[in-house]
Amino acid sequence: MTDAAAPAPITLPISRALNAGMRRAMEESDRVLLMGEDIGRLGGVFRVTEGLQADFGERRVIDTPLAESAIVGTAIGLAMGGFRPVCEIQFDGFVFPAFDQITAQLAKLTYRHEGALQLPVVIRIPYGGHIGAVEHHQESPETYFTHTPGLRVVSPSTANDAYWMMQQAIASPDPVIFLEPKSRYWVKGEVDVAAPALPLHASRIVRRGTDVTLVAHGAMVATALQAAALAESEGTSVEVIDLRSLSPVDYGPILDSVRRTGRMVYAQEAPGFVSLGSEISATVMERAFYSLEAPVLRVSGFNTPFPPAKLEGVYLPDADRILEAVDRALAY
Amino acid sequence: MTPSEDPALVRVLAADGSLAHTAAAEPYLPIIEALSDADLERFYRDMAVIRAFDQQATNLQRQGQLALWPPSFGQEAAQVGSARAARPQDHLFPSYREHVVARIRGVDMLDIIRVMRGLTHGGWNPFDPKNGNTHLYTLVLGAQTLHATGLAMSMAFDGRCGTGDPERDEAVIVYYGDGASSQGDVHEAMVFAASYRTPEVFFLQNNQWAISVPVSTQSRTPLYRRGEGIGIPSIQVDGNDVLASYAVSRVALDEARAGEGPRAIEAMTYRMGAHTTSDDPTKYRTAEEEQSWALRDPIERMRLFLRGRGASDAFFADVEAEGRALADDVRVRTVALETLQTAQIFDNVYASPHPLVDEERAWLARYEASFEEGAS
Repeated sequence: MTDAAAPAPITLPISRALNAGMRRAMEESDRVLLMGEDIGRLGGVFRVTEGLQADFGERRVIDTPLAESAIVGTAIGLAMGGFRPVCEIQFDGFVFPAFDQITAQLAKLTYRHEGALQLPVVIRIPYGGHIGAVEHHQESPETYFTHTPGLRVVSPSTANDAYWMMQQAIASPDPVIFLEPKSRYWVKGEVDVAAPALPLHASRIVRRGTDVTLVAHGAMVATALQAAALAESEGTSVEVIDLRSLSPVDYGPILDSVRRTGRMVYAQEAPGFVSLGSEISATVMERAFYSLEAPVLRVSGFNTPFPPAKLEGVYLPDADRILEAVDRALAY
Repeated sequence: MTPSEDPALVRVLAADGSLAHTAAAEPYLPIIEALSDADLERFYRDMAVIRAFDQQATNLQRQGQLALWPPSFGQEAAQVGSARAARPQDHLFPSYREHVVARIRGVDMLDIIRVMRGLTHGGWNPFDPKNGNTHLYTLVLGAQTLHATGLAMSMAFDGRCGTGDPERDEAVIVYYGDGASSQGDVHEAMVFAASYRTPEVFFLQNNQWAISVPVSTQSRTPLYRRGEGIGIPSIQVDGNDVLASYAVSRVALDEARAGEGPRAIEAMTYRMGAHTTSDDPTKYRTAEEEQSWALRDPIERMRLFLRGRGASDAFFADVEAEGRALADDVRVRTVALETLQTAQIFDNVYASPHPLVDEERAWLARYEASFEEGAS
């Protein structure tokens, strides 16, 4: 029996789920405001904020001048004044002008204030490849932010997570870097508007399997699922985990899975050297060493700048590259 | 090097302590004439007492009690004039040598000492009323101008300025230097301030040197004109003239609070000491230059002015005693400062629980306990 009073799930593309999540947070508190370049009348270059300025006004959805450091830096001041700003950085590669304000200011101010100040600022960054864009429009900067204490970093891969994680990030008393896998903006999924399935910082098994644990985040979760389906046709059972929270990492489901499968592969778009995959693989080897039948393997973008778009298909791991690693893990 | 004074510079007090105002100072004279003897003596006391503290802090660094000290020596008038112009409800964002600004607003000088002694990254709570809305020192040049602008935006968005009630209207004043004026953040802050008509005063202390780089390298034009280019009414004042600094700050803050948008002030002053105690200014500037500025000392100028108005020996003796008492008190309390608990390293990294921090806190406790067990 289902609860007749609960609203029925709806189907939305991820971009609209993010929009709906922000809308709900804005309806619940007039202290939530959005700020960024072109987010108002245009609705953002990806239209994620479409319609919100029309409904909430120019003071709640602010088209800012083009200055990333100022977007984040003034969001800090607005948070000091009791607002909950949600900043949009237009593209991943444009976040670097705001790097000091994010890593040296926003991340440290609660510590420097010895707890007297909370900074509930969300920074939305459309990130990652697969859209055939030009330079600075397809990057994966997550490691810079996960390396910085004081920041929380998350990335949803489904419409339901997009809807709920956005609201949870806005409600967080800490700054949250909210990485939106832009190649997935148009992928539809079911959104349960009644209640969140998971807390903001939980990882989740999205496909059960017994032979290899495959962990991924953001857009790579879909590629991982593709790889798992292909593996199944070849008789290999792959368990897929969506990290969801990049900092902190919820190790529980990952370690449990590795203890069952004995093998793990991490898949990411970002370059592999000193990356999320490196960190998680090191931790798994520290904590589940005697369960491992093979070293934890990483599949990643190459250690080069993100290439010209015509080469992104070579740079970005696909299901075949993931399966190659799965096979290597099984060969031990 | 001599300062690039613009004909528009506001000055009322000449270096010999006589009243000799520039043409640009004309509109400000009524504000200065309205100051009482007590106000004027207060300005002098503020400046002279902080200099005694500043000298003591420099000594403490030399004796190994502090890791670093950024002296305010020479910049007292710009700071006192602007801080005394602020109302209690205003917020002040210092950079890192606005010691007297903090003191005027109520911050315990020992809280600044703690920062420089390596006991804290902050040391005082800006939101505790006893600290007069004085925000923390910021060491990344110009970063605080954006925080100040954001807070001023919140005031504008919440209708906390421009209501017509000066007792209630709020404003922000943010301090930075000629070196910071080259930073992108300062320009971005000014653009946002102009865009959103923030109740805010950008207070630039041009002390002529960004460590070893002279202001002539930083700017081909007087720095206050940059504000004008962004659409912010801007003015240059003699920062070694506490009366002029007070008057222009008072007007700018009043206008900002009244909802007229941001204002910018360039206070022409001079860092008479080193940039910090790690610096050696003899490597990059001449004794002649330093001497020329010493002759325009803000405290001596005000002392001569007050003398001319008949201030008593007892007053000056009392100020000197207060400075000595503060310096002595700071010395005694500095060397008695507590040490930190190791577990504090993990406090307040996040506002809500974080598993990695919790794990490391627990690890350190176990690790430290293992030594205690070993010793018993």
